[in-house]
Amino acid sequence: MSNWPILSITLFAPVLGAILIMLLPRNSEKTIKITAAIFTLVSLVLSIWVWIAYDRSQGGMQFVQQIPWVADLGVTFALGVDGISIPMLLLTNLIGFSAVYASWKVADRVKEFFSLLLILITGVMGTFLTTDLFIFFMFYEVVVIPIYLLVIMFGSSKRVTKEYAGMKLTIYLLIGSAFLLVGLIALFVQSKAMLGFPTMDIFTLATLEFPLGFQIFVFALMAFGFGTLLSMFPFHAWSPDGYAGAPTAVSMIHAGVLKKIGGYGLIRIGLMILPGGAAYVAPIIAVLALGNVVYAAFICLSQKDLKYIVGYSSVSHMGYVLIGIAALNLISINGAVIMMFAHGVMAALFFSMIGNLYEKSHTRNVDDFGGLAHQMPRLATGFMIAGLASLGLPGMVNFIGEFTIFIGAFNTYKVLTILAVSGVIFTALYILRTLGAVLFGPRKPEWDHLEDLKGPEMVPLLVLGAAILIGGIAPFTLMDLINLGVGDLVAQLGSLQIGGMF
Amino acid sequence: MPWTLLSVEISLALLGLVLLVLGLVLPEKGRRLMQPVAVIGLLGILILGGGLYTAQYNLFGGNYQIDPFAGFFKLLFLVAGILVILSAGRYLERFQERVNEFYSLMIFALLGMVVMASAGEMITLYIGLELMTVSFYILTAYLINDKLSAEAGLKYLILGALSSAILLFGISLVYAVTGTTVIADMAVGFFLEPVMIAGIILILAGFAFKISLVPFHMWAPDIYQGAPIPVTAFLSVGSKAAAFAALVRVFIIAFPVSTFDWPLLLAVLAAITIVVGNLVALAQTDIKRLLAYSSIAQAGYIIVGLAAYNVYGVKGVLFYSMLYVFSNLGAFAAATVVEVETGSTDIKAFNGLAKRSPMVAAIMTICMLSLAGIPPLAGFVGKFYLFSGAIQSGMIWLAFIGLIMSMVSVYYYLQVAKVMYIGSTDEVSPIKPGKTVGTALWVCLIGTILLGLYPAPLSNLAQVAIQIFL
Repeated sequence: MSNWPILSITLFAPVLGAILIMLLPRNSEKTIKITAAIFTLVSLVLSIWVWIAYDRSQGGMQFVQQIPWVADLGVTFALGVDGISIPMLLLTNLIGFSAVYASWKVADRVKEFFSLLLILITGVMGTFLTTDLFIFFMFYEVVVIPIYLLVIMFGSSKRVTKEYAGMKLTIYLLIGSAFLLVGLIALFVQSKAMLGFPTMDIFTLATLEFPLGFQIFVFALMAFGFGTLLSMFPFHAWSPDGYAGAPTAVSMIHAGVLKKIGGYGLIRIGLMILPGGAAYVAPIIAVLALGNVVYAAFICLSQKDLKYIVGYSSVSHMGYVLIGIAALNLISINGAVIMMFAHGVMAALFFSMIGNLYEKSHTRNVDDFGGLAHQMPRLATGFMIAGLASLGLPGMVNFIGEFTIFIGAFNTYKVLTILAVSGVIFTALYILRTLGAVLFGPRKPEWDHLEDLKGPEMVPLLVLGAAILIGGIAPFTLMDLINLGVGDLVAQLGSLQIGGMF
Repeated sequence: MPWTLLSVEISLALLGLVLLVLGLVLPEKGRRLMQPVAVIGLLGILILGGGLYTAQYNLFGGNYQIDPFAGFFKLLFLVAGILVILSAGRYLERFQERVNEFYSLMIFALLGMVVMASAGEMITLYIGLELMTVSFYILTAYLINDKLSAEAGLKYLILGALSSAILLFGISLVYAVTGTTVIADMAVGFFLEPVMIAGIILILAGFAFKISLVPFHMWAPDIYQGAPIPVTAFLSVGSKAAAFAALVRVFIIAFPVSTFDWPLLLAVLAAITIVVGNLVALAQTDIKRLLAYSSIAQAGYIIVGLAAYNVYGVKGVLFYSMLYVFSNLGAFAAATVVEVETGSTDIKAFNGLAKRSPMVAAIMTICMLSLAGIPPLAGFVGKFYLFSGAIQSGMIWLAFIGLIMSMVSVYYYLQVAKVMYIGSTDEVSPIKPGKTVGTALWVCLIGTILLGLYPAPLSNLAQVAIQIFL
């Protein structure tokens, strides 16, 4: 079994599904949905297998595959996973599989929907699996266009039109990626001059000692590019509008995993290749992150639309991830990685519940609801799990993430961390208030016709809810793995003096 | 003996003449054979050109160069010619009985391009250029009863003649200083003085007109809009690539960078072209004008590679020119299908295309995204080469402008995609492109995706081609 190209199969199973769906006749909607479910299940099962079979005593990159691709650009089609990428891989497939079920009710243009969705899942997965910069960037941008098409074809125009939301999302992310691309090309050209041969391999690049000024320049470009994707303050404006306009499955994948490519990229590429630049720019990121945590939480307090609440809350939570990354030590980066996983499953569960409710009630306004727990107890359970995870209740995986980040970051940024912890209080405030207003209180007869979750609709709740609880009760299943991956990275970082700027 | 080396040129001339005669002697019914004869003939010549790819020879005392660089562009022109003729499809019905000469004029234009790519001497180059341009004057005005087409033909004639005159004047000034018109010898007699600089700039202006670099781009939108759409397609791909081939050869071989910093001049022109082309394209509502401005911007990207003046940059010029053939012709082929079906070139004509013909809509979207440089399509790899070259030459500002503007360009390409996917239309009848058009569309699609996913073969081909310079 060890000789199997297991990562390639995991990666390309959804694309295979997409091709198959394109060949199926237009009216066989049931078959299309089942095909999508089967191929995402294949990826999910394989990634769970990778998670279990990863040799923890050995560490490092495993399941490695390398095929030389473009000689004169030094591109290798290289796949491999370590302790940082496995949680991300797992996250992608948990959400991808749930997203298919969350979209079970799609009735119009089923063929287009599911083939684009599957391409999107492969694109996201590719960024976490590859160890080659060029291939990484390819997958990174592959995801943008399917999202645009999905938003304009299947999105909803509630507060902003879906065309506006889709275009805003696309242009923000593409402009961010243009800066990133300049940085990557500069890195490539510089490394070629230093090595004498072209290479795009992240680990080879990590062995080079780039001049400090160059590191700062490229890391700043990356922080901008990845920061836009991670909705770093003040480049976050696309995120709430985008989620509001997008169909449920896209909101789930976007908030759940796509954003995390930004954090993953900063850790894997930024910290690993440009530690000097990272140390210099980190304080700025930490300050902006505080903007995320506090500012977005304040906005949440005044939102009435469920999707906007979760949208801004995800901006707020990304602030924790950024602080974790900016603190540049083992514990804080561990926390950032597990927080990305935790926020991913939580946000996806939240969006799938909101999507389900919106499909049935055609409104997302908090004030319209009340006492929904009477009519829809299962949906209410989903909302409660997601909501409590979001405010960091112990027993949920999000608590582990937040706690670890704050412990790690406190060593580096004392004041900032204390201020950031206040975000937890605001989160509790707006989440509890929203949950109370939507789920509890007297029964409202106008919602009596709503049916509770059943059949395929239960899948997202079961899969994502289980992930939240297992991660929270037995955090070592992920934490040991992450610690292994981040440990290698921090060894690479060495003892860096943060700052230099102040 | 060397004359076999000229087999591409000779057989192109023969094919053009044979088609001209066939059109006269064949009875009405037999004329349906014209298109297959043209396509099969060009395919045969393509194989011939492929066989001669690595040949290297100085003919007529250096006046005519057979080398991989010229070979690369010959393949490019032939592929473009075949795709344009295939994708014309039912549009050709509009030419009525004059369709016969259409094929031979296309092939003579192609021959002109081939001569330009191989020319080792300025007068030969000029003859190739005129052969191409004169054929295009006629082709542009080919819709005799269409006022726009006639106007476009006349405009192109006047402006084209002017630009040729400018080019000739530039050549004569350079001749006055160096005492030769052979490109390779010009570097020997090169010394920098005002007349020389004027000559270089005039030559650049002459080519810039063909390439439609800003500020020499004014003609392009009007003529692209007025000309019959297959001619526009060929003009935007073939005529540009031919001018690039000549520009690269003349500037790299004849004008030493050490004495005159023309790369900087080109870099500035490229930046202006990219910015203007993309920004003006944002406001277009006619698909031909949109593609015209997009092709202006694309020319800007390609010039970045020459301005970079290093291996990655020049390789990028070749790579990008080739992928541009597939991506741009794919978009034009889809536009042809829509124009034939709806009779309109307005973007609104694309309304609901995804429902009427999912395949054409998907190909149009993919080809345009490739032009915008979205991976994993060919355009991304092309831009990677071009801007790697630019950054290697220290022009990081140019990379910033180019890459940010290419993301801006996504906006107008996606506007078309938006109309196709969510636009509503009363017409619901499915659109079926004919067999030949379908073939062209598929070739463009496969080329665009394959060159993006696995660029190594083309990049090796380009590597061989540029070894004669760098």
